[in-house]
Amino acid sequence: MKLLKLVPDNTNLDFMRWRNLALILSIIATVASLALVGVKGLNLGVDFIGGQMIRTTFAQPVDVEQLRSRVGALGVGEASIQEFGGPRSYQIRLPRPEGGEAAANAVASQVRGMLQQQYQGARIDAVETVSGKVSEELATDGALAIALAMLGIAVYIWFRFEWQFGVGALATLFHDVSMIFGFFAITQYQVDLNIVAAFLAIVGYSLNDTVVIYDRIRENLRKYRKMAIVPLLNLSLNETLSRTIVTSLSIMLALGMLLIFGPDVIFGLTLAILLGTFIGTYSSIYISAPILVWLGVKPDSFLRVEDENAPGPQAA
Amino acid sequence: MLDFPRWKIWAVSLTIAIGILFSIPSLIAGSPLAERYPSWLPSAKINLGLDLAGGSHLLLEADIADAAKQRLAAMEDTVATELRRAEPRIEIGDTSTSGGRLSFLVRDPTQLDAAVEKLRELTRPVGLTGARDWDVSVVDSTRIVLTPTESGAAKSLKDAMSVARDVVRRRIDPQGTKEVTVVTQGERRILVQVPGVEDPEALKTLIGQTARLEFKLVDLTADQAQVAAGRAPAGSQVLPMADGSGAMAVKRRVMVSGDQLTDAKQTFDQDGQPVVSISFNSAGSRRFGRVTQENVNKPFAIILDDKILSAPNINEPILGGQAQISGSFTVETANALAISLASGKLPVKLNVIEERTVGPDLGKDSIEKGAIASIIATGAVILFMLVTYGRFGVYATAALVVNALLILGIMAIFNATLTLPGIAGFVLTIGAAVDANVLINERIREEQRRGRKILDALETGYKEASTAIFDANITNVIAAVLMFYFGSGPIRGFAVVLMIGIVTSVFTAVNFTRMLVALWVKRKRPRVLHI
Repeated sequence: MKLLKLVPDNTNLDFMRWRNLALILSIIATVASLALVGVKGLNLGVDFIGGQMIRTTFAQPVDVEQLRSRVGALGVGEASIQEFGGPRSYQIRLPRPEGGEAAANAVASQVRGMLQQQYQGARIDAVETVSGKVSEELATDGALAIALAMLGIAVYIWFRFEWQFGVGALATLFHDVSMIFGFFAITQYQVDLNIVAAFLAIVGYSLNDTVVIYDRIRENLRKYRKMAIVPLLNLSLNETLSRTIVTSLSIMLALGMLLIFGPDVIFGLTLAILLGTFIGTYSSIYISAPILVWLGVKPDSFLRVEDENAPGPQAA
Repeated sequence: MLDFPRWKIWAVSLTIAIGILFSIPSLIAGSPLAERYPSWLPSAKINLGLDLAGGSHLLLEADIADAAKQRLAAMEDTVATELRRAEPRIEIGDTSTSGGRLSFLVRDPTQLDAAVEKLRELTRPVGLTGARDWDVSVVDSTRIVLTPTESGAAKSLKDAMSVARDVVRRRIDPQGTKEVTVVTQGERRILVQVPGVEDPEALKTLIGQTARLEFKLVDLTADQAQVAAGRAPAGSQVLPMADGSGAMAVKRRVMVSGDQLTDAKQTFDQDGQPVVSISFNSAGSRRFGRVTQENVNKPFAIILDDKILSAPNINEPILGGQAQISGSFTVETANALAISLASGKLPVKLNVIEERTVGPDLGKDSIEKGAIASIIATGAVILFMLVTYGRFGVYATAALVVNALLILGIMAIFNATLTLPGIAGFVLTIGAAVDANVLINERIREEQRRGRKILDALETGYKEASTAIFDANITNVIAAVLMFYFGSGPIRGFAVVLMIGIVTSVFTAVNFTRMLVALWVKRKRPRVLHI
């Protein structure tokens, strides 16, 4: 049987040749993403801004404008209505009413009552009410978790490799996370608690790829002491290329199936991770690796790892 | 490579067998097979999160200001009773609870020391530091001020939260048969999870009611205009009517309170209106009997959570310890009140600060789609592995399937909860689990290209790939641990699946496939390696 080889043996692509161009593009994309978040903002769900979210499925297709005006007529504040998953499923988002808990309950039952009265067979799928206090906590915790995960991983890499690798990992993560934020700013997909999970998964898996490449770079640095850094990086990237492609493809294949066949509620989560895998694959080649050139990694960097007594320069 | 000792084969096989055994109950749950499943086999199953099973998640927070107010009011009662009982009786007046402190005048200055002495006895030590729960001080040598100490307030809140948790549980699940979760979170929160809730509003009404029931005499001397302006004569207070129809002045002194109830049921009165029937304990019955005897033909107020439900006339002494609470109820509200009263009052007011309810249909839909997507995703990855690595793809596939079953088995053993994001975590793990195998297989390919002999290539492949596998997976563990620590509910479900998946995927890729490869090489002694 002939086996599939996505990357032919002895592939030798000159990745590093494009490193400056790739860097400029990456910086532009990162800055643009952050600017987009600043300009367009994120479509934050009730988890992070508080308020109420009601998900409902109607027996027949409905007129959204009519639904909007009916919800509006209840006087419960500016409602945002989005299709969700199918033509008969909608998500109605309402701002947090003033007057605390009792008012929030009243609003929910008002909307619920209206839906069941006006639309025969309407099914209330989910109701979420989040107070301002809880939403603030969730937002803080989410941001903290993402920041700590990035830092924690960078520190781990610093210890396992060298400081240059730690910086490279952090830059890679910053790039990837910014891009995903940019994606949410452009598409205005709702950012809810699940998306925090997506970010953390991306942080974990983007680095997975980087670490494998770093591991090979370290190995080659020890093996080929005389080789210049740029060809050495190219060699390492080519040696690991097949693995990079096969793994990324299997992850994307699995997530793609989940995207197509999976539950609607985790569509955003899945899409974000899928995109993150793609960006993570790119960044581990074009950000993680070239940074080592700019930070001056040399074969000496690992001398003392091999021989504690060798009079090598202290890299850290 | 070939020296895979017998004990190691046994250890790996046994671990996998146990894992798979434990995954069976969760896999066949809900299918006809479940009934034929022998009872002597493990029955632990994976919990379904509320987003899959349907149900309500409520986060309740204690109203600290209300807790302090209630504590102060209780202290006021105790002080009044204790000083009245003192020998000789100590007269006090001009009581005030403003500013969160209880202060009052001792009428006879010579009794001041005796009063302070008496009050000091009432305070209790908190913890080991010798601090007490109240500070007793004297102002202007006539006035005594009781200030709650910080540690005292904290201790009382802690006690109140633990009682509140039990009360909430009794209200939601009077028979103790449902699978509800009621746990305290932090210092002032209670998390409630109830699967399969039809009406979350009713649930919230049930929990939201403090259910502090009091019977007080109506103050007939009060001037209506003054009451309307919110002013009551000394010794009385103005309370609003529950139905919003104005207010009424009642005596501050409590005749009987809900603490003295033994039972409460929803029944109907002679006109067929829903009411709540209550029974007092013996002390409560005696007291209720005596007060009604002394106040025949006067009205008394039935007060729930500082609102007057009704104020019926005492037509005759009520001696049997039985009474009815009326007050424009529906059957549902009367029933809710009965449950609340029977379960005891909440020692502190609880506010719902977060609610998430998922209907049963959406959950079922999600499970179905999630299961289908998981199977298709696994199939797609398997196909990809087979065409890429041939025989070694078969080993990777075996590892993948075992890995999936192990994840389920371990989740069942630890009684972990599968949530909707957890399904995404599962699929992600399936995609990523092959990574370890890919690393190994690619390395073997490489070593073979470099001209190593088969055994040597296999040996080096497994050995050299292992550092990369280790380091690459640690980054995921870091992310998953932080996700678990900071995440709530559904995200934790994602983190749990991810963590278990990382461990099992490394185990299956490194140990299980290695064993399969070793056994194959030993038996067939292949001359060429198609990889």
